[in-house]
Amino acid sequence: MTRLAVPKTYKLYIGGKFPRSESGRVYEIRSHGGDFLANAAQASRKDARDAVVAARSALGSWAGATAYNRGQVLYRIAELLEGRRVQFIDEIVQTEGVTTAAASAQVDEAIDRWVWYAGWADKYVQVAGNANPVSGPYFNISVPEPTGVVAIIAPQSGGSLLGLVSAVAPALVAGNTVVVVANETMPLSAVSLGEVLATSDVPGGVVNILTGSPAEMAPWLASHADVNAIDLVGAGDLDWVHLQIDAAETLTRVLQPENGPDAASPSLARIVAFTETKTIWHTKGLI
Amino acid sequence: MTSSQLAMAQLNTGERALALLGGEATDANLRRYLHGIPGIDAVGLEQRAADLGTRSVKTSSKKWALDKIISLIDLTTLEGADTPGKVRSLVGKALTPDPGDPACPRVAAVCVYGDLVPIAVQALGSSHAAGTATGINVAAVATAFPSGRASLAVKLADVGDAVTAGADEIDMVIDRGAFLSGRFGQVYDEIVAVKEACKRADGSYAHLKVILETGELNTYDNVRRASWLAILAGGDFIKTSTGKMAPAATLPVTLSMLEVVRDWKRLTGARVGVKPAGGIRTSKDAIKYIVTVAETVGEEWLTPSLFRFGASSLLNDVLMQRQKMTTGHYSGPDYVTID
Repeated sequence: MTRLAVPKTYKLYIGGKFPRSESGRVYEIRSHGGDFLANAAQASRKDARDAVVAARSALGSWAGATAYNRGQVLYRIAELLEGRRVQFIDEIVQTEGVTTAAASAQVDEAIDRWVWYAGWADKYVQVAGNANPVSGPYFNISVPEPTGVVAIIAPQSGGSLLGLVSAVAPALVAGNTVVVVANETMPLSAVSLGEVLATSDVPGGVVNILTGSPAEMAPWLASHADVNAIDLVGAGDLDWVHLQIDAAETLTRVLQPENGPDAASPSLARIVAFTETKTIWHTKGLI
Repeated sequence: MTSSQLAMAQLNTGERALALLGGEATDANLRRYLHGIPGIDAVGLEQRAADLGTRSVKTSSKKWALDKIISLIDLTTLEGADTPGKVRSLVGKALTPDPGDPACPRVAAVCVYGDLVPIAVQALGSSHAAGTATGINVAAVATAFPSGRASLAVKLADVGDAVTAGADEIDMVIDRGAFLSGRFGQVYDEIVAVKEACKRADGSYAHLKVILETGELNTYDNVRRASWLAILAGGDFIKTSTGKMAPAATLPVTLSMLEVVRDWKRLTGARVGVKPAGGIRTSKDAIKYIVTVAETVGEEWLTPSLFRFGASSLLNDVLMQRQKMTTGHYSGPDYVTID
């Protein structure tokens, strides 16, 4: 007896929930060979707006968590990814048309990258901060603090899971919350990552994942006054000069597009890029 | 105006109630009258309200609606922790809601506790309406707000203080305990007495808004009866809630009150105002109310003398929406003042 397959509809991940697009739109995800795989929600500018609201309301508790706690939570994501590696390998093989070995290697690297960034959570301040020399009996200390809501256009080529992780993880380390537009043609592993995040210890709203057209959503995110920084790493094919100009209107920090296999490679600079330095004075003692 | 409306219009409040009730405003007469009002089809009411909430208001209509909402807001602060400084900054915001846009309209009134009325009046200065059609009114909550649990003498003194201090509008609460136990006459007499306490030295009256606290009235039928009672007793406005308990204003409750106001207009030709208060936080919600008013009693009610929003955080959301329409990009809380 033949069995009718039940294909999954991939939905958005906003504020810890999995809504459909408010526009009601979906688009077809096809395998590398051109076969129908699934329908994914095609997010609109209003979904992006809702995601920014969710990210803003999640910011206080995530930025306020201790660095040690954030590190633990990020490490937990790596643990859960490990537990669902078969699903991720399967999705990568289907959408990217690579071998199982290559897909497996990509998942491994994505997990390792989470662990690497998780380790930085309670260490980057020591490296990026400073005790400034002063000519008086007081301290002058510079500390990096999270900048706020970070919008990310995930890499649109290369490994679909690795690209997303490489862009999202560094922004989370310092305590920022994230609205990410996933790889448009290969969003399955992004939505599955959302399912991992929903069952991990990451509070709802800290990561919000949109699937759909970056060309449609990027201008709204860049010009949004409540977005503090935008990472255009995967926006190389868009009119990113205008995105930068829009972002500048509301003093939004911008990271430029990167291309090639080394796009968004792990670095401390990607963590520090989404921080603001606060310099404070403190007395040395009251003896 | 029909001939029966004309006859009604020539009566004063007391005579009108007498004519409608067919006798003095006693418990028995009021009960007979209020329980004679047809019941509410709750499912139908909620469906109608939900239907009115689905209207799509876009572009130029939305811009009009947003400006209209601002001009209908009673900007409110009713916290135990209110200070003169907080009231002054509230007045500042009422005068200039969006400092970046001089074309932004002013709100209708500021609403504060009675003891802070002098501060609000002083802060408004020459912008205080004080009986004129232009400027911003000062509304004061009174009669042992929000519970209303005090003797009538205390309530009247509360009202008198606020009116003397310069309040243009008094928001009173009804005695829900008396209403729910069927002592309609007591509720009626209290409203009449409070209305009399709103009289100023020069013989004019401060506007009286009667808060029904619909969240404590349990049924739509009770809301309808309380609305009739408040209007019969001479309230200028009926207001849903104190904002101190949930549920506060909801669309079905406001719709049912608007229907009473519509029926009162048909019966007597007189116009009574409606003020939903509490729980209206987004422009989207407020636009639903605007649609409901226009569809139930007509657009003529969309004026500060007949419709108000009791709100505090609503204004910021409306301003952000307004900025989005002006600049073409989404705004954020950094671009409006902190309450």
